[in-house]
Amino acid sequence: MIRFLLLFSRQGKLRLQKWFTPITEREKKKITRDMTTMVLSRQPRSCNFLHWKDLKIIYKRYASLYFCLAIENGENELIALEVIHRYVELLDKYFGNVCELDIIFNFEKAYFILDEFLMGGEIQETSKQMVNRSIEASDMLQEGDSSEWFEVELFG
Amino acid sequence: MPAVSKGDGMRGLAVFISDIRNCKSKEAEVKRINKELANIRSKFKGDKALDGYSKKKYVCKLLFIFLLGHDIDFGHMEAVNLLSSNKYTEKQIGYLFISVLVNSNSDLISLINNGIKNDLASRNPTFMNLALHCIANVGSREMAEAFASQIPSILVAGDTMDSVKQSAALCLLRLNRTSPDLVPMGEWTARVVHLLNDQHLGVVTAATSLITTLAQKSPEDFRTSISLAVARLSRIVTSASIDLQDYTYYFVAAPWLSVKLLRLLQCYPPPEDAALRSRLTECLETILNKAQEPPKSKKVQHSNAKNAVLFEAIALIIHHDSEPTLLVRACNQLGQFLQHRETNLRYLALESMCTLASSEFSHEAVKTHIDTVINALKTERDVSVRQRAVDLLYAMCDRSNSKQIVAEMLSYLENADYSIREEIVLKVAILAEKYAVDYTWYVDTILNLIRIAGDHVSEEVWYRVIQIVINQDDVQGYAAKTVFEALQAPACHENLLKVGGYILGEFGNLIAGDPRSSPLVQFNLLHSKFHLCSVPTRALLLSAYIKFINLFPEVKPTIQDVLRSDSQLRNADVELQQRAIEYLRLSCIASTDILATVLEEMPPFPERESSILAKLKKKKGPGKVPDMDEARWNVNGNTEHSENTEPTNKSSPPSLVADLLPTNRPRPASYSPTILSAGNMAPSHPFTDLLNMNSSPAAGASLLVDVLSDLSSPAPTPTTGPGPGPTDVCEEHFSRFVCKNNGVIFENQLLQIGLKSEYRQNLGRIYVFYGNKTSSQFLSFSSSVTSSDTLKTQLNVHTMPVDPTVEGGAQLQQILNIECLSDFSDTPVLNVQFRYGGTLQNIAVKLPVMLNKFFQPTEMTSEDFFQRWKQLGVPQQEVQTIFKAQHPMDTDVTNAKVQKTASLYLKPLCGGGVGLILKCCNVSGFTTRETLNRSFNGSLNL
Repeated sequence: MIRFLLLFSRQGKLRLQKWFTPITEREKKKITRDMTTMVLSRQPRSCNFLHWKDLKIIYKRYASLYFCLAIENGENELIALEVIHRYVELLDKYFGNVCELDIIFNFEKAYFILDEFLMGGEIQETSKQMVNRSIEASDMLQEGDSSEWFEVELFG
Repeated sequence: MPAVSKGDGMRGLAVFISDIRNCKSKEAEVKRINKELANIRSKFKGDKALDGYSKKKYVCKLLFIFLLGHDIDFGHMEAVNLLSSNKYTEKQIGYLFISVLVNSNSDLISLINNGIKNDLASRNPTFMNLALHCIANVGSREMAEAFASQIPSILVAGDTMDSVKQSAALCLLRLNRTSPDLVPMGEWTARVVHLLNDQHLGVVTAATSLITTLAQKSPEDFRTSISLAVARLSRIVTSASIDLQDYTYYFVAAPWLSVKLLRLLQCYPPPEDAALRSRLTECLETILNKAQEPPKSKKVQHSNAKNAVLFEAIALIIHHDSEPTLLVRACNQLGQFLQHRETNLRYLALESMCTLASSEFSHEAVKTHIDTVINALKTERDVSVRQRAVDLLYAMCDRSNSKQIVAEMLSYLENADYSIREEIVLKVAILAEKYAVDYTWYVDTILNLIRIAGDHVSEEVWYRVIQIVINQDDVQGYAAKTVFEALQAPACHENLLKVGGYILGEFGNLIAGDPRSSPLVQFNLLHSKFHLCSVPTRALLLSAYIKFINLFPEVKPTIQDVLRSDSQLRNADVELQQRAIEYLRLSCIASTDILATVLEEMPPFPERESSILAKLKKKKGPGKVPDMDEARWNVNGNTEHSENTEPTNKSSPPSLVADLLPTNRPRPASYSPTILSAGNMAPSHPFTDLLNMNSSPAAGASLLVDVLSDLSSPAPTPTTGPGPGPTDVCEEHFSRFVCKNNGVIFENQLLQIGLKSEYRQNLGRIYVFYGNKTSSQFLSFSSSVTSSDTLKTQLNVHTMPVDPTVEGGAQLQQILNIECLSDFSDTPVLNVQFRYGGTLQNIAVKLPVMLNKFFQPTEMTSEDFFQRWKQLGVPQQEVQTIFKAQHPMDTDVTNAKVQKTASLYLKPLCGGGVGLILKCCNVSGFTTRETLNRSFNGSLNL
């Protein structure tokens, strides 16, 4: 089971956090701090896996963002690495050449995409087409109902 | 500004995010946020009802602020309102806010549940998915109570859309993890298994996750999934890569599903059905074969996905541990990876090989890679890879290669990263002891360890070398000589000085014949370093000096001079000063005989688990140190460790460790609290931990218990009743509870059980506290109390039910109500069962419910007493013991203890004494006489 997924920048700024087990805000902050210091201090071309407490940490850097996934002991590290990659692909497909700014400004979308892909710490749908189809379907719904409120935005 | 703005961009939100990003300082950011919060609050409180869009936008802003790390204390209600919007986009933001911000005990749960209920009933798959996601994200107990019964039917209903099925499966999985009691198995179970045959691979993937988790908890209910999983796996591995369309990932067919199926199969032993078994073997062979094929793509994703499946297949092969050919092939494959250019693969190969090393079929094959692993230790750039190499060397070590491995680890230690030094030190210390053929090598190794990495040598390590030297007669002379030589170095580590001081103090006489190491030379050598070291070490050296006075009368004046000096007698440190004064006085007034008795050589140490191993386990966390150590280190020799862990051990003589550590070796008769024990040598340090002297005066309650333990031991051991058969009943801490009602009754790597008990008349109540020491959940937790048939008629134990899940780090309380119906001598047993990381744990502990807990004193006049006393004239009704007290007697304390412990006397006398009269007199201050009278009629002071 995946315990959590964190996205943070090279400066250690947290960009996305997804926790699959209930933990306190305090604990979340502590873990985030541990992860950023641990991962950011790694030398380039090191292996992508770390042991941390009784979890395995799988991380990978894409451009300016680090993706950091914690899985339970006994889970498969390589496939977890590809979970990260598949998520990046999904983001890329949606935003078109995704960059850190996309995730900052459209954070809610990044969460929605993640929700289509992972659920309860397990993979829900591995097919890129399937995930994209449902994301697009919901975007269609959004465009359908947001238009009538277009004027209101001016007062936002 | 955002590069793209798809769907409905919320302009106000984008502006706000830009503002935050443009803030130059933390203060500016906080200021901007506070402004925004005030704005939103006024909008929410305003008279004008907000439209859905604004509500959504503000809720989204709040979410952003929260994710930045700021506290949010309002807006929850608005988010909940969004759930009932019929606009998808508003609903979606509402759910997102709730998933991120609502913790499981929010008072809004009932409102949220209402929204979820409507969406689940809507039959709109998009809405249903949102609702299911929310349940899985929050996963609280209230939600589980509200929906757990509904979700299985959504999952197995014929008309449910595939995407909803996927969400339902994973939602159920989540609820099963958090509140398994609310997700009972039922008619749906069989139908879930059949989802493995579903057309839609996404459904199969989600279902496999669910089934794996359920099968770990109740394997029997899901046994039928084995054949379906094998069939599915076989179809995947033999498919052409295009067959599975979008489920093919970089030319690898359904890697996620394959990994999950292989994990599901790891919940079970190899299939018994021959055809099924051979089909599975074929699959595994195909996967191993594919590893040898040229890659279909140069992309790293291709090789990762392919190898992910391969590693999972190897994990299954290791789990089955039954097919020698497959195991050896797996080992060879990993051997190839050891030299792969991908760091990840080298890392994983080292890690997998650790588990292979413990299989009897592959242990030898793993050993052939020793040179590669040693090379990895020397050349790997990444410290985490080197650490895996250390782990593997440790795992593959046996008698045949121990010298080489220990030597390599020692040489690596010279340059090792600080982060892993301590662990390497522990490992070297353990291997050196475990495989020591002669103890000279062991002593050399440990001294080397201290020389190379003195700072990282924990107390356990140097305690251990002293324990071994003291217990092994034949190594004492060598040890004295070696430490003497090592101490010659101009700068030696303080730990070496501690070992040196202790060993020379005990065994310096063995090398004193050589003029180069005459008593005076030895003393001067130690004393030359005295002023450079810390207080605990100096305290230890002072004790070594007084031992010298006993060993070598000729240096007595020199040492007395040292003790007499101002720097000792007036030392600012109380401990040092006291030692100096006492030792000086002792050396002046005591006769040679007394001195010889007081300062006698230390008696051999009683044995128990190596403190070093315990430390390593603690360091590595539960389950990380292979079990083989545990068994092998159980020096009592009763636990035969599973033989397949190491075939070479089968014919070899019992490990040296075992004969080093005689458990019943009698203590020297002269042993008494007055002897100068190491406990006195360094009281400011946790020395007692090393010594485990049960009779140490510190354990106040031990006064009578010690004496009684001999008497009580022949009592019939209680029959465990119909509890779990093979589990040993733990009674390690049982005797502690004779006089006490509270404390820890059981503790291992995973679990701590503490008791708080209270008794009144014939009733008792025990609060049992189960502490989860790990960071992951215990599942299917249950506990019950079993009693023998006889005991059941004598003692009523009522157990309150407990929650089946114990969160990591959490404590669970259970109440036991006890009623004593008649006198009893058996003991009830507490059986605890739970699942940790997939394996079922069984623990049985003797519950300290003893007859004496229900005792009450009765007041009576002395005439009454003696009248009754005299009535009990039959010889079997009286027993008398006279023994020496170990401490000065305090009448009150002794009375209290006698009242609490008296029942133990009864055990050897009869099956169930009912009443007893007890006379306790204190003769001449040091001898206690206790006389017990027993009657059968139950009329006396019970």
